[in-house]
Amino acid sequence: MKRGGFLESTVVGFARALSRALMSEEIAHQPGLLQSLDPRVRVIGLFALVLAVTLSRKLAVVLTLFLAAVMLAAFSRVSIGTLAKRVWLVVLAFTGVIALPAVFITPGNAIATFAGGSLHITAQGVATAVLLLARVETAVTFTTLLILCTPWTHVLKALRSFRLPQEVIAMLAMTHRYIFLLVETASQMLESRQSRTVGRLPGREQRRITSRTAGVLLSKSIALSNDVYLAMQSRGFRGEVRILSDFRMRSWDYVGLLAFLCAGSIAVWMGR
Amino acid sequence: MHIPDGYLSPSTCATLYAGAIAGWYAALKRVKHLLLSRVVPLISVFAAFAFVVMMFNLPLPGGTTGHALGVTIAAIVLGPSGAILAISIALAIQALFFGDGGISTLGANCFNMAIVGSLVAYGSYRLIAAGSSIASKRRTAAAAIAGYLAVNAAALVAAVEFGIQPVLFHDAAGTPLYAPYPLSVALPAMLIGHLTFAGLAEGVISAGLVAYLQVADPALLQATSGIPEADVTATVGASARSPRRLWIAVALLMLLTPLGILAAGKAWGEWSPSEFARAGSPGQIAAAALGPTADAPAGMQRLANLWTAPFPAYAPAFVKSAAFGYLLSAMFGVGFLLSLSLLAQHYLARRRATRYSA
Repeated sequence: MKRGGFLESTVVGFARALSRALMSEEIAHQPGLLQSLDPRVRVIGLFALVLAVTLSRKLAVVLTLFLAAVMLAAFSRVSIGTLAKRVWLVVLAFTGVIALPAVFITPGNAIATFAGGSLHITAQGVATAVLLLARVETAVTFTTLLILCTPWTHVLKALRSFRLPQEVIAMLAMTHRYIFLLVETASQMLESRQSRTVGRLPGREQRRITSRTAGVLLSKSIALSNDVYLAMQSRGFRGEVRILSDFRMRSWDYVGLLAFLCAGSIAVWMGR
Repeated sequence: MHIPDGYLSPSTCATLYAGAIAGWYAALKRVKHLLLSRVVPLISVFAAFAFVVMMFNLPLPGGTTGHALGVTIAAIVLGPSGAILAISIALAIQALFFGDGGISTLGANCFNMAIVGSLVAYGSYRLIAAGSSIASKRRTAAAAIAGYLAVNAAALVAAVEFGIQPVLFHDAAGTPLYAPYPLSVALPAMLIGHLTFAGLAEGVISAGLVAYLQVADPALLQATSGIPEADVTATVGASARSPRRLWIAVALLMLLTPLGILAAGKAWGEWSPSEFARAGSPGQIAAAALGPTADAPAGMQRLANLWTAPFPAYAPAFVKSAAFGYLLSAMFGVGFLLSLSLLAQHYLARRRATRYSA
């Protein structure tokens, strides 16, 4: 382990999250198929496809939806390499490990036997593991497409038009804003601590540093929320949240919405 | 513990969304009683804090690292309602902005971590720390235990959600359609990881944060300490409330008990040995999932007659109407439990009075 490795790995984690968020902003502003649709259509459409993926019981249907997701990504200028690295390999590593034992322990018809008859691969086990993996890969690809092609502010406005309480939207928006501030603050605190750390600290000391840093961050957060409260009060905020909704549905958006809903319904019907 | 899309069936997701929405509604209603203009920035900044704390790499004994959830410190500083909202907001942003945890499973994730986690953390912290001063060591230990219990309770609920999938959702050939492992595999698999690392990480960071706040910012621990002169403006929904609504809810539930006889078949897991022989009964389906036998488990048959309840099958023999018997049994059962709790309360109050007067 490197010196101060636990500090470094947290700082690296922060930097990675920030760079991912920045990448989303970049892709969302490029011209593309998904980007050309009204954000509400994107949110409803991709949610509908995620639902279709979870409702569908047939592998062929889930794989067709996966192909549709790949095409949607290509037409929306999302690089397939990025998707492979950021989504498919990560899901394969995580869900693959979870699904693998199912190949052996799911009861059913044995199609291969190992270790002198004590270990079987069952047809049902293979089917369930492949279905789970395909389902998770497809659903996460649709979600990632939504995230990559829609700026967060537009997702929020779309959610607002689905009658989510204003307070919840306000909290989501403010939380998102302050995550970046707090990530930066925490990152600076950990970096400064790392620069003053020589040698390898004992585990107890490492835990103490981490929880103290979190404690200082908590105090700073509460102080920040007091400042925000006063700033909001000074601007006349009295607990009522108003969010402008300036989206306009064009005929192209209706075509997109219809296409999403048709694709979702056909998938659910075929996969039942 | 962030369940991705595809692990849970749509009906499980819908049920857990309903549970989560009920929790959010109740929490939002409670915090709305307080100054809303103060609550919005407080919960938002706390959600951001919880999000960042989830990213901290915490070194654990044994050389590994773990991640905390932040739900315990949220429950300790904000109270249960504020914690439910803050952690749910953090989980929603993780799902909708960072793609961590599914969209269809957001309800399940919020139910497990934000609602069950917050309530267990808050309950166990208040129980263990009851009567101790703000600076007491017991409060730090309470935070550690609360964190450990909260994460394991959330993992237990998630494991049950996973474990019921293959029993309820499989195709004609017996292929599980969602999470493939039954409870006998899902429970130990989830709990081993959480009883060792994840629970420990939450316990360590919660105790560390409370220890820090005891020295640096004790006012933040005031609200859920149960000690009077709490500064209400700095906290969310943690104040004691009149139990009247709870009484009304209990009465309503008692009146609704006859609805139980309208349900077809027996409640899941409440079978009598004869249920295993009846074709198409849930008992037989469960037996088929466990193995080839169609008979009731031998242990169940042996123990079935060991204890006869005072109101067998919920209806006393002299009551002809099943609905009336159901209602009477409910009233008796609730009445019995209430008397027990009132007796315990009375006893504890008397003990406290003698302790303070001594």
